[in-house]
Amino acid sequence: MPALVLLSRRSPRRESRNFQAVPRWIFLLAAVGALFIVLPLLGMVAKVDWAHFIPLVTSEASVAALLLSLKTALASTTLCIIFGVPLALLLARTRFTGQGIVRALVLLPLVVPPVVGGLALLYTFGREGLIGSSLQLLGIDIAFSTTAVVMAQAFVALPFLVLSLEGSLRTAGQHYEAVAATLGARPSTVLRRITLPLVLPGLISGSVLAFARSLGEFGATLTFAGSLQGVTRTLPLEIYLQRESDPDAAVALSFLLIAVALVVVVLAYRSPRAPRQATP
Amino acid sequence: MTLDLSLTLAARHLELHLSLGPTETLAIMGPNGAGKSTILQVLAGLVKPDAGHATLGDRLLFRMGHHGRWLPPHERGIGLLAQQPLLFPHLTVVDNVAFGPRSTGASKAAANASAHEWLREVAAEDFAARKPAELSGGQAQRVALARALATDPELLLLDEPMAALDVNSAPFLRSLLKRVLATRRAIIVTHDILDALMLADRVIVIEDGRIVEDGPTATVLTHPRSAFAASLAGLNVLSGTLNAESVITSDGVTVTGRPAGDWGPAQGEMAGLAAFPPSSVSVFLTPPQGSPRNAFPVRVEALEPQGGHIRVRAGLLAADVSPAAIAELGIVPGSEVFFVVKAAEVLLYPAG
Repeated sequence: MPALVLLSRRSPRRESRNFQAVPRWIFLLAAVGALFIVLPLLGMVAKVDWAHFIPLVTSEASVAALLLSLKTALASTTLCIIFGVPLALLLARTRFTGQGIVRALVLLPLVVPPVVGGLALLYTFGREGLIGSSLQLLGIDIAFSTTAVVMAQAFVALPFLVLSLEGSLRTAGQHYEAVAATLGARPSTVLRRITLPLVLPGLISGSVLAFARSLGEFGATLTFAGSLQGVTRTLPLEIYLQRESDPDAAVALSFLLIAVALVVVVLAYRSPRAPRQATP
Repeated sequence: MTLDLSLTLAARHLELHLSLGPTETLAIMGPNGAGKSTILQVLAGLVKPDAGHATLGDRLLFRMGHHGRWLPPHERGIGLLAQQPLLFPHLTVVDNVAFGPRSTGASKAAANASAHEWLREVAAEDFAARKPAELSGGQAQRVALARALATDPELLLLDEPMAALDVNSAPFLRSLLKRVLATRRAIIVTHDILDALMLADRVIVIEDGRIVEDGPTATVLTHPRSAFAASLAGLNVLSGTLNAESVITSDGVTVTGRPAGDWGPAQGEMAGLAAFPPSSVSVFLTPPQGSPRNAFPVRVEALEPQGGHIRVRAGLLAADVSPAAIAELGIVPGSEVFFVVKAAEVLLYPAG
């Protein structure tokens, strides 16, 4: 279980010396849970045609798909940070009527099937859509473009960042912010010099989750952006397409996607730090 | 240049008015949950009261109501030092102290210079480059004091600043505070009578959200008017109607004593208090005969060891007795005994 070992927070030897309130049968169930995730990965790795791996993943279509995926996922993560941080701040730090509804709506993409999300985007920003028809008059055409890919990814990834950051903000509490205010710091200064540095670990892990979710986005992208090589055909779409015509290429690309995702997650969680908590 | 505060906060049953001179230090004391910290938070701008207003010099801090105004915390010029140092964990000690000046527009160099100066003032310059996690509780609290002072606040609020410190660090911080508060306006919330005695010019006692004592620390301690101040001073206090040489309580008990001052017995009956220390109380199993003494029949509630003696608690009263006497009389919680105190030991003075 290499992934588990890599993700473990401290050396297991040091922790086992201390008391652990975990019954033994929990280990069994946890192991089954871990196997349930790891076994299919092993199953897939076993199917990889290693002899032709390099040519398979360096074909023109594959490279285009990989680069597009990285590019769009990065752009979508940036959008998630720009709009997700203010959302998380409003949800965690303020009180207003309808806050519960706002939170529910922000989290909606988590539970709505991505295809439905893609349709919603299409009927809003598409050529015939609510806003899209007006944009069309201005000569702006979003649907079936790379922009549409980024929007579809941001749509499904935003809740991950908001959820993660809101949790960090609540754990960190407002004590330090209150002290900073009494020292004469304006709200923007408090945000920049106190709040954000204190929740940086949460912001990073939220961004990583958003990036990983963007990287794997399929349904909304296909519905709203289509599958045009080099423009909207991201890695997951390429894999789905190759699945029929060239299963070996699909497996090789799947392995590549997993490897990229794993590297990102491991890098971000290499030295996890809990958000600093003030004792009240 | 006075601070003027009046506030009502229903959630904490607070309703009070207080004012404070330019270099005056006020101690706020009172039982837990009396709303002492809430007063500081209202002044700092962190909690909004239901009604009231406050001015600091000629500046309006807040006025609740229709044409209300609320100055945000960062525009008030009021420093706050809490029980926890709350040093920003991601900044070094010197950056913590420089944070205030930097936030109010000082250049990086100027803020740094002032930070070092204040660190020297609290004898913490050696820690300048450390992170807060590398400091002891006492060191961190000194740095937090330097940080609060670095903004040169017009009013410094101290919310039990010594409560979380160990017995070795508290005295150092206390003498440090004595020095820096001498020339400043400050309000300190404390449970420790020593803080009030050493640091404050004036003390108010808050009970059930109201000010029940207000006066120079020494006066409040020698002539307590509230049960809380009496217990702080370690005194027994009974209230009732005052005349020339006794106080008659609402239960009809007459407490004879000597007048503490010249309030003119000619004025007739008035509300008054009788105070006497537990050490002047003796415990008897039967009422004593003769001599001008007060004898109160009581039921013993608790026995508490205090130093070389045992404190016997019964209702509002306490008596300090030697362990030998306790053993000899066979006193246990529930015993029916008489608390006896000589009239000469009882101090009588008017309430209010």
